[in-house]
Amino acid sequence: MLDTARRKEMLRQMVLVRAFEEKLEELYQRKAMFGSTHSYRGQEAIAVGVCSALQPKDLIASYHRGTGHLIAKGADLYTLLCECMGREDGYSKGRGGKMHMGDMGFGFIGNTGTVGGTVPTATGAALAAKIRGSKEVVVSFFGDGAANQGVVHESMNLAGVWKLPVIYVCENNQYAMTVSLAKSVAIKHLSERGAAYGFEGKTIDGNDVEAVHEAAEQAAAKGRSDGGATFLECVTYRWDGHFGGDPGTGYRPKEEIEAWKQKCPIKRLKENLIREGQLSEPEFQKMSDTVYAELDEVAKRAEAAPLPKKAVDLSSIYAPTEVSHG
Amino acid sequence: MVNSAAATQSPTKEMRVQEALREALRYEMARDERVFVMGEDVALFGGAYGVTRGLMQEFGERRVLDTPISESALVGLAVGAAINGMRPVVEIQFSDLLPLAMDQLASHAARYHYMTGGRVNVPMVVRNKFATRAGGGPSHSSCNHGAFIHFPGLKIIMPTTPADAKGLLLAAIRDPNPVLCFESHHLYGIRGPVPEGDHTVPIGKATVRREGKDLTIVTCGGMVLKADAAADQVKEKGIAIEIVDLRSLAPLDKETILNSVSKTKRAIVLDEGPMIGGISAEIAAMIQENLFSDLKGPVVRIAAQPIPPPHSPPLVDAMIPDVDQVVEAVMRLAEGGKIA
Repeated sequence: MLDTARRKEMLRQMVLVRAFEEKLEELYQRKAMFGSTHSYRGQEAIAVGVCSALQPKDLIASYHRGTGHLIAKGADLYTLLCECMGREDGYSKGRGGKMHMGDMGFGFIGNTGTVGGTVPTATGAALAAKIRGSKEVVVSFFGDGAANQGVVHESMNLAGVWKLPVIYVCENNQYAMTVSLAKSVAIKHLSERGAAYGFEGKTIDGNDVEAVHEAAEQAAAKGRSDGGATFLECVTYRWDGHFGGDPGTGYRPKEEIEAWKQKCPIKRLKENLIREGQLSEPEFQKMSDTVYAELDEVAKRAEAAPLPKKAVDLSSIYAPTEVSHG
Repeated sequence: MVNSAAATQSPTKEMRVQEALREALRYEMARDERVFVMGEDVALFGGAYGVTRGLMQEFGERRVLDTPISESALVGLAVGAAINGMRPVVEIQFSDLLPLAMDQLASHAARYHYMTGGRVNVPMVVRNKFATRAGGGPSHSSCNHGAFIHFPGLKIIMPTTPADAKGLLLAAIRDPNPVLCFESHHLYGIRGPVPEGDHTVPIGKATVRREGKDLTIVTCGGMVLKADAAADQVKEKGIAIEIVDLRSLAPLDKETILNSVSKTKRAIVLDEGPMIGGISAEIAAMIQENLFSDLKGPVVRIAAQPIPPPHSPPLVDAMIPDVDQVVEAVMRLAEGGKIA
């Protein structure tokens, strides 16, 4: 059982992840950011539960709905928001946007917009750890939609063959954009796939941050002690549409959305802590207000930050070569 | 044919292209713990073309990995291993199979450095064999190199001589960027002197294989041999051909190409890959944009016909450039431009 301080920190992080999504949505609605959003609201327990179980040297790879993972792994909020807003101060200097970043400084391998595209990247990072014996564990975050990409299958097969220290965290929010899981796979649980690759697959409640944390901690310990990969299917639901501008209601019954909102991961942990006498409603409100206020400040700075200059820098496509030619 | 190794001073050893490639792998694996090799049949069997023979025995199974047939994941895993500090070298058996890994090459390996604002580097090499030849057919004899010039961030090398094979591959493994190495089937058996020890050839530098004042043939890979044969034939007619061997398709060495054509004022671009939208189209356009008023005739492209690579020898011969075609084009340009 986690101590109260850590559980409260997990609660705060989930609030922060949600507040960030709401800030992006606000910026998107008033056309203050470029491109679309991919809201993570409703799924916060997965990013926070998994990343809180990792060590600083452990790595994560993410995908298009990735801001939550980055925040939970320790991204700088200003730099992250600047990237979403196409600013020079962003992680990628405005070149990548929120779907294309990477910074090994906080253990973030990268994310891209090809669904399933970073599953091999995470697997390869785990191969590096295995070859070196350097003991870092790698988390590959992806959605239920990515589970049906060929390269995901190929990568998991290799992780099984080579017993790689990777945790495949499948965030099953039950819709690949608009297509339901029932239309996409003939099995009941995506975690059944683990058996096909020779490693453990588990289906867990993705809205229970403590359950996610515990499962991730076990998977990480297994990976670190050469026990190989784990497939963690975290069942959850995205509250919003697939992207900004999609109300998310054309393909999902209103009752279904409402029912899942009742299973809010933040509400759940908060109520548990209150019931146990570890937290009061005013204390929560104060923490939440602080998070939102801090984010408002960050957003003000990001909005005032300059865009990149209108220029093509051809030298930016390659890393500088330090090869000496004998 | 002029060998670039002649320019260096270190002692040389005679070997074939495959052996020179293996020399580069061995040299760098011994020097740098981060280098490892993976691919189908590369360990126990030593690679479909023998390039990795003996490496598993020398460096162990931890660093020379036989893999299942999963081209997309192999390239994708290499990207991840490279980001996490290793220097992977992947073997893909045929150029035809690169499209299986296209997303990982074009949207991941090629773009990581740029799209992360320079925070992430992807130092990896993908080797593959290519050539259009009889018996290979539509899925085993493609020349896909031209397709990859559309993806900024990739470096593309195509060694011709054994010395360049070692030098370019060694430079590729040390390069902090993803490098695609196209190895021509036509050249694997070619022998030549290879400098021993630490021999690198800079990526992005073409070389003049043969000097001449009358006409430049810009070419690469196995076509260098055909250009050379054509140059021998027209020499008897008093025409001196200069051959520019690109060695790297990306970055392209525009300077060496333009210097040569400024001198000869006539140019043929010869490529085994498809003519439409290919490397020959790119270079021909680049030459005329820069040197239009100096040229004594049109820049001529000789490249593959726009059909899938066929199986039967006569069909293959009709598809890819041959020496007679090159000689004919030289004579046409010679008459139009009044050489000799």
